[in-house]
Amino acid sequence: MYGYQGRLLIVDLSKRKDRTLELDEAFIKKWLGATGFGIRLLYELQDPGLDPLSPGNPLIFVTGPFAGTMVPCSPRFGVFAKSPQSWLLGEAYASGFWGTELKKAGYDGLAVLGASERPVYLYLEDGDVRFMDAAHLWGETTWRTEEAIRKDLGDHEIKIASIGPAGENLVRFACIINDRYRAAGRTGLGAVMGSKRLKAIAVVGSQPIAVAKPEELEDRCLELYRRLQGPGTSKYRMLGTVANVLVLNAAGCMPTRNYRDALFEGAYRVSGEALNEAFVSKVQACSACPMRCEHIATIQKGRFKGTSVRVEYEPLWALGPYCGIEDLEAIVKAIELCDLYGMDAVSSGVSIAFAMECSERGILTKLDTGGLEPTFGDAESLLALLEAIAFRKGIGSLLAEGVRRASKILGRGSEVFAMHVKGVEMTGYDVRSLKTCALGYAISRRGAHHQTHGAYSLDLSGKVDRFKAEKERGKLVKDLEDLYILYDSLTLCKFTRSIIGVEEMAELYYLVTGFRKSPLDLLRTAERISNMARLYNLREGLTRSDDALPPRIMKDPVPNGPAKGSLVKPEELELLIGAYYEARGWDGEGIPKPEKLLELELEDYDPRLIARTRMEA
Amino acid sequence: MRRFKFVHCDPFKCVGCGICEYVCSLRQEKAFRSSVSRIRTVRIYPHRNVSITCVLCEEPPCVDACPRDALAQDELGIVRVDVSKCVGCGLCMEACDFGAITIHPELRVALICNLCDGEPACIEACPEDALSLTTRDLQAQMRRLKVASNLTG
Repeated sequence: MYGYQGRLLIVDLSKRKDRTLELDEAFIKKWLGATGFGIRLLYELQDPGLDPLSPGNPLIFVTGPFAGTMVPCSPRFGVFAKSPQSWLLGEAYASGFWGTELKKAGYDGLAVLGASERPVYLYLEDGDVRFMDAAHLWGETTWRTEEAIRKDLGDHEIKIASIGPAGENLVRFACIINDRYRAAGRTGLGAVMGSKRLKAIAVVGSQPIAVAKPEELEDRCLELYRRLQGPGTSKYRMLGTVANVLVLNAAGCMPTRNYRDALFEGAYRVSGEALNEAFVSKVQACSACPMRCEHIATIQKGRFKGTSVRVEYEPLWALGPYCGIEDLEAIVKAIELCDLYGMDAVSSGVSIAFAMECSERGILTKLDTGGLEPTFGDAESLLALLEAIAFRKGIGSLLAEGVRRASKILGRGSEVFAMHVKGVEMTGYDVRSLKTCALGYAISRRGAHHQTHGAYSLDLSGKVDRFKAEKERGKLVKDLEDLYILYDSLTLCKFTRSIIGVEEMAELYYLVTGFRKSPLDLLRTAERISNMARLYNLREGLTRSDDALPPRIMKDPVPNGPAKGSLVKPEELELLIGAYYEARGWDGEGIPKPEKLLELELEDYDPRLIARTRMEA
Repeated sequence: MRRFKFVHCDPFKCVGCGICEYVCSLRQEKAFRSSVSRIRTVRIYPHRNVSITCVLCEEPPCVDACPRDALAQDELGIVRVDVSKCVGCGLCMEACDFGAITIHPELRVALICNLCDGEPACIEACPEDALSLTTRDLQAQMRRLKVASNLTG
């Protein structure tokens, strides 16, 4: 087989056994790669309705056909499990080198089943699987874990994905960190890994990855490298994603102080421009990336001297403007803490901003917070709360549950400003004035997220009226979701999207695998994967009412700036969701119609099948 | 004067993407396999990156180390491996200060950069222009030029 390795490794931590599952051509063609394989396997391997933190929740890592080849920007991998935040589909992606190393070890993916009694890490060297004692690593940060494992095994080229204290302590938005700076960030998959007492997965491989048309592929890739260094990607190459701070602020759609505001008076001080000027010490690349965008910020002096971490827009936004903080050094330090503790910087920031608002409103008192009085703009509280969350100390234990659960426990109207969709915290785009994006967030299969559709781009491009909700947006979001599933399934970085579209994907897919799939075939495959995700979520208890937005988005208009007065009215959201269901071929309850399932060769799945144990109470 | 040109990597330009490894293995092995690439990328966190391959030593210790006379340096300085003599014992690897030699895991022969017989694929593919075919003297000359061009007046 070309491109794919055709094998999935299945490791059972309870029984300490491993086996391989052959992936045949029919399966591969039907499910394409990371997203398709991951969701399809999760549906099969997971007992319906289980608690995400119970041993039965499989933790699945998958690459795709391009990983480990010179196809530009193809080193990503997806991680899948039932999410401890949403109790629905858990799905996150990371770049770096770990995914390509898994492929080089001879696997397209890895499914971890069961749970270990004692802390353990996996050591995969080509076909060899070893269960390694991790007692000495338990409690360590992710970076220390990487260093210690490389030292223990005496091999610098080993690639490691690990959890930090947050994952061990089952922080519901704990993430998995790989290659030091990369994170499978969202939906709490680090907590699933922690529940298995699996500290890390160390991989090193030397298997060849054969491709169907080596010479043509080389030529095509070199040409794409040149184009990827052109103006279409200069944003990522020059400032990095942090360029968004001033762009979104100018458009009045950068959520600030827990969505109280949509622009931040301190934006210049925390801008990408300021960051690059003061702190960026090196820009480096993931595997096979000709664009390189990994901006490493290093603090050379002062209180946080020695801090050195990759900075992207979302973490900077969440731990900065969203908490009203304009101390850039403290923000960089906070990002580093999130990486070290292994927790999603976005959800961390959103949870802390929630605490700040609770505290300002008197819902949380000094007594509750153990002496802290977190208020917007207070960097000391931010840093203290990050640690409290990771180690579940005091109030940190409540915030470690994420804003949905925390607001349920606190009550007193806090549900209105608990900013999440399906239990997953919001990301850095104020959807009150980005109405296509608002729909994308509401229906996202993995909760609030911008990277399942990227509709903010469309809204800000001026091609649609970002302030208006109209029926056409349903089809637009559906099409964007399907396109984005292709990037994820083929493990292509979405920063290539101005250069690598579905035509280029089809061509690269042929050159790598030898399988012909037209752009239409690819999009049809993506639509199948989208529907598979819906079938999974329905089975786990998702209902129509879960496709929603936080109450504040629909009640509190943007107070000032270019988007002043914007909000998403309930009837607007109804219209958008209805249009989206229709475009998807789903009924009014959001359930795929039989003819749609037949069309997508999913007729064997029953959309009315619902797990006996429903979503958490 | 040092005569032989080799593939040199500027660590200030290198971003650690490993594209040189991918393209080298594709050319030499017809498949992607970084572990047998003749050029290897090293990253030390937080952010030190460099790619290393054979530097075409004037008096190559690898050639001296070979107990079977399987290695010989040609007129361009390229260390050629006679696969009929090489048994993959690895003494050349041990002798190389740069870690620029690999033993092929299945074929059991030494793998050494052959400059793609004139036009190294890695140099063409490097997106950062971090790689160049040069000698140490030419590199020094470039630095002298840079110093001179920064002078005012």
